[in-house]
Amino acid sequence: MTLDIHRIRQDFPILDQKIHGNTLVYLDNAATSQKPNSVIQAITEYYSKYNANIHRGVHKLSEDATLMYEESRQKIQRFIGAKKSQEIVFVRNTTEAINLVAFTWGQQHIKAGDEILLTEMEHHSNMVPWQILAQDKGASLRYLPISPEGELIVDDLDVLLTEKTRLLAITQMSNVLGTINPIKEIVNKAHSIGAKVLVDGAQSVPHMPVDVQELNCDFLAFSGHKMLGPTGIGVLYAKEEILQEMPPYQGGGDMIRDVTWEASTWNDLPWKFEAGTPNIADVIGLGRAVDYLNALGMEQVLAYEHELAKYAINQLEDIEGLTIYGPMDKPRGGLISFTLDGIHPHDIASILDQQGIAIRAGHHCAQPLTEKLGAIATARASFYIYTTKDEINQLCDSILLAKKVFHL
Amino acid sequence: MSMDLYRELILEHYQYPRNMGDLKDPDIHHHDKNPLCGDQVGIGVKLDENKVVDIKFRGQGCAISQASTSILTEKAKGMTVEQLKALTKDDIQEWLGVPLSPTRLKCALLPLTVLQAGIYKKEEENPS
Repeated sequence: MTLDIHRIRQDFPILDQKIHGNTLVYLDNAATSQKPNSVIQAITEYYSKYNANIHRGVHKLSEDATLMYEESRQKIQRFIGAKKSQEIVFVRNTTEAINLVAFTWGQQHIKAGDEILLTEMEHHSNMVPWQILAQDKGASLRYLPISPEGELIVDDLDVLLTEKTRLLAITQMSNVLGTINPIKEIVNKAHSIGAKVLVDGAQSVPHMPVDVQELNCDFLAFSGHKMLGPTGIGVLYAKEEILQEMPPYQGGGDMIRDVTWEASTWNDLPWKFEAGTPNIADVIGLGRAVDYLNALGMEQVLAYEHELAKYAINQLEDIEGLTIYGPMDKPRGGLISFTLDGIHPHDIASILDQQGIAIRAGHHCAQPLTEKLGAIATARASFYIYTTKDEINQLCDSILLAKKVFHL
Repeated sequence: MSMDLYRELILEHYQYPRNMGDLKDPDIHHHDKNPLCGDQVGIGVKLDENKVVDIKFRGQGCAISQASTSILTEKAKGMTVEQLKALTKDDIQEWLGVPLSPTRLKCALLPLTVLQAGIYKKEEENPS
């Protein structure tokens, strides 16, 4: 079964508008995705029909809200193949999920002289928390390098994984290169020397099937807003036995079992990590986003994005002076970073904006990687389930127009 | 089609920047970047009796930030330090003569920020 893109587009009200007089072509999905009507309605429904605080109330609205909130957790558990819903912790976004692990598990397990292994294609959100932790503890960071083609040099793990390595933190899909990393193989290698593995799923979970039991990763972090869900809601998955051992992240209401003047004991999983009133509306919205993606099928989503990426590479390759970053002849995520001789990425983005085309320009929160690629910035077009090949054609036409504006 | 942002003046300054280069022993020198986009500008100024007699820059970045720097260096020649300190975003916008969104305004203002930071740095080092 293939995706019916024109049917899908009708579910996204934002797409039906003009920007500077041109129909919106939204190609900034790696930054955030658009939201279908069902997600927008789920949020409106919560606020207009059963807005109440959860877990504590005995009244009808509170019970309804609690039910919907916890049902979302189960939907997400099934979506990523987790063993139990207790392993799903709601946070604000990927960044907060990673910080939670750094400040709890990291504080407990990382000691002076230990090593944390990252890769050269990490987003700042999977670097900076580890830099802070390493500086605090006197631990050191190591980086698994990438090849000129933009792929991890996995063989180097044999050297970089040592008896000092406590954690490997790695992205499943690069937000700059579109590279999809062989996580399962990498997890096996890391586990063989006793290191834990945190997977940054911000770009992968929205775009491909992800099964945490199959990957056997210890932690997985991802954001709702990149997968058709609302902003302000993200997920941390961790294996139950790890979460049990971890100290709480924040103290407050809902995360406690008993409180005395002097001390407290902690609530069961996952609520031990959800202090205070959570983002109820957006958890429910995210659950609806998962329903939407399930109805399409993640295998189909991935296949369509592979197709779009291949099509875009073929079209863009023909433009003189244009350089594409990342793997060229392997299936990759639906995003293309590029530069154009003689025009800065910001200027490309401004000219495209005048044509109604939204792309991103900059270092995409991966400054060291951008520098390694030899660029000061790149332009990035990123696709999703509502992107059409015609929109990619418009992207190429507008890049040619940009060259004309710059007399190139 | 509206491509006002890239009117000829801006493209011309971007592709053929004025006053690009380095000064030997500048009286004012400062370098900074826009952390959001990585645009970089370094400006050096030679003064004589508190007036700009020479000014050079090095930079990399978008057409707006680099053209804005080139234009600023042209305008700054002959100005006093007080006049440079009194320049505002309105002056830059008037010189560029194009509508700028809030994000692109940051690109345009980078050289003025760098130049004025250089002046204040010098004043802190040598209070008169």
